[in-house]
Amino acid sequence: MLDIQKIRADFPILNETIRGKKLVYFDNGASTQKPQAVIDAEKYYYEHQYANIHRGVHYLSQIGTDLYEQVRRQVQEFINAKHDHEIIYTKGTTNSINLVAYSFGRKFLNEGDEIVLTEMEHHSNIVPWQIISEEKKCTIKVIPLQQDGSISLEDAEKLITDKTKIVSITYVSNALGTINPIQEIIDIAHKKGAKVLVDAAQAIQHIPIDVQALDVDFLVFSGHKIYGPTGTGILYGKEEILNEMPPYEGGGDMIKTVSFSGTTFSDLPFKFEAGTPNIAGCVALGTAIKYVQEIGLKNIQTYETELLQYATEKLMQIDGLKIYGTSKHKSSVISFLLDGLHPYDVGVILDNQGIAIRTGHHCAQPVMDYYKIPGTCRATFAMYNTKEEVDILVDGILKAKKMLS
Amino acid sequence: MPTINDIQDDIIECFSMFEDWSEKYEYLIDFGKSLEHLEEKYKTEENRIHGCQSRVWLHAEQQGDKIIFYADSDAIITKGIVGLLVKVLSNHTANEIATSELYFIDKIGLREHLSPTRANGLLSMVKKMKSYALIWDNQQA
Repeated sequence: MLDIQKIRADFPILNETIRGKKLVYFDNGASTQKPQAVIDAEKYYYEHQYANIHRGVHYLSQIGTDLYEQVRRQVQEFINAKHDHEIIYTKGTTNSINLVAYSFGRKFLNEGDEIVLTEMEHHSNIVPWQIISEEKKCTIKVIPLQQDGSISLEDAEKLITDKTKIVSITYVSNALGTINPIQEIIDIAHKKGAKVLVDAAQAIQHIPIDVQALDVDFLVFSGHKIYGPTGTGILYGKEEILNEMPPYEGGGDMIKTVSFSGTTFSDLPFKFEAGTPNIAGCVALGTAIKYVQEIGLKNIQTYETELLQYATEKLMQIDGLKIYGTSKHKSSVISFLLDGLHPYDVGVILDNQGIAIRTGHHCAQPVMDYYKIPGTCRATFAMYNTKEEVDILVDGILKAKKMLS
Repeated sequence: MPTINDIQDDIIECFSMFEDWSEKYEYLIDFGKSLEHLEEKYKTEENRIHGCQSRVWLHAEQQGDKIIFYADSDAIITKGIVGLLVKVLSNHTANEIATSELYFIDKIGLREHLSPTRANGLLSMVKKMKSYALIWDNQQA
């Protein structure tokens, strides 16, 4: 059992008053709030330990380097990677996917090859592949959505073929909450000789992940969605694949030797980490992961599933409310529309009651096109949310309905 | 014939009587609902103001030396605000519109709806209304 009140006390922003009302924060899918420990870690680092990392012989540079590399090992352990050099720091999920699309694409994609995505992908797992496909004259195949917001393995079997070089799929849909059967997808893809990238942006904070057990080739996520700082992200890649991939950006820290007659690149992970990184952010990301580990992802998952069920039941009792994304396997996302009402209007009325939800297409326009809707209202839950807050949301929706109808 | 500023002042006075946010929004919603729909033939891609969330269309016509605006949105609160902008700027000369200063949005506490980060197209709409006026004003000059 989680002590939610104790957890809430760790997040200072939850005490904020918004428009005269106590904040109810249900926009965790966009970003999670930060516990005091994470805020303090970044501050402490700047106040007492800051200097640029790597290569510096002086004390502070070495401390910074140690902390930075320690968090890399912490992430390795968190997702159970085989080696710490399989953990590449990035700016976030989008940056990680772009890195793979560009670098893997440059090396391994050829004319006529196929890339398989799903219809529920976030734009950041569509557009980078479109850019590289155009350059390499590849084809993108899309595993279609079904009415409940899931995909079928039969469709995956049909679309993943010998021509497929990579399957890039989200673990959890940010717009619908669907948890995809990624183990099965990875197995199907591997049988056909294709690699798999899993976008874990909406999974890392909710579901325990073991990259070796999954045998996934790439896994990407953002620090800011797991209670860490913005501008931090992770790309996990299997050593043997990363070694084959060319650098994505050139600059300092990613070279062995530089001369005008030729340059040799560093080994992993530095080959992919050109320039001064977000050191303070990465240090605090370590604190965020530690915070989550201490509470336990399994405990978090159990609590959030209960909260999702409670919220789903409560929202379904509202006349004229339709939930989009009703797959059996779902994470803490409820996307909904009220009959005849525009999601933007509902979002504005909820905002005025201090309730933060997200409205719009959630950077997943193909999902909205599939359901032929302009967008949805989306409430996304985190471990610090409560049933009482769900009740406030329900009252807020009823008020919005009354005002707008 | 009231000036642009007369109309803005009227709106500010009207909004000053609301006691809380819900009265303000109820007014905007009712106002939005009371406005006529833009004819379908004007809901073209060219007339569309691109924003992230609600769709907004703006159609402009010249009548004598005045510009008449017609606008619509699929979100009712947006339509109410769009309606206020039309009420203020429509039926004035190109020069009056181009040189106008829209202070009522701030005064009635709806600034947030026009911030570029809100991404609802309203800021683009104000810009488009002014650019129509600028173009016509230049043509007349």
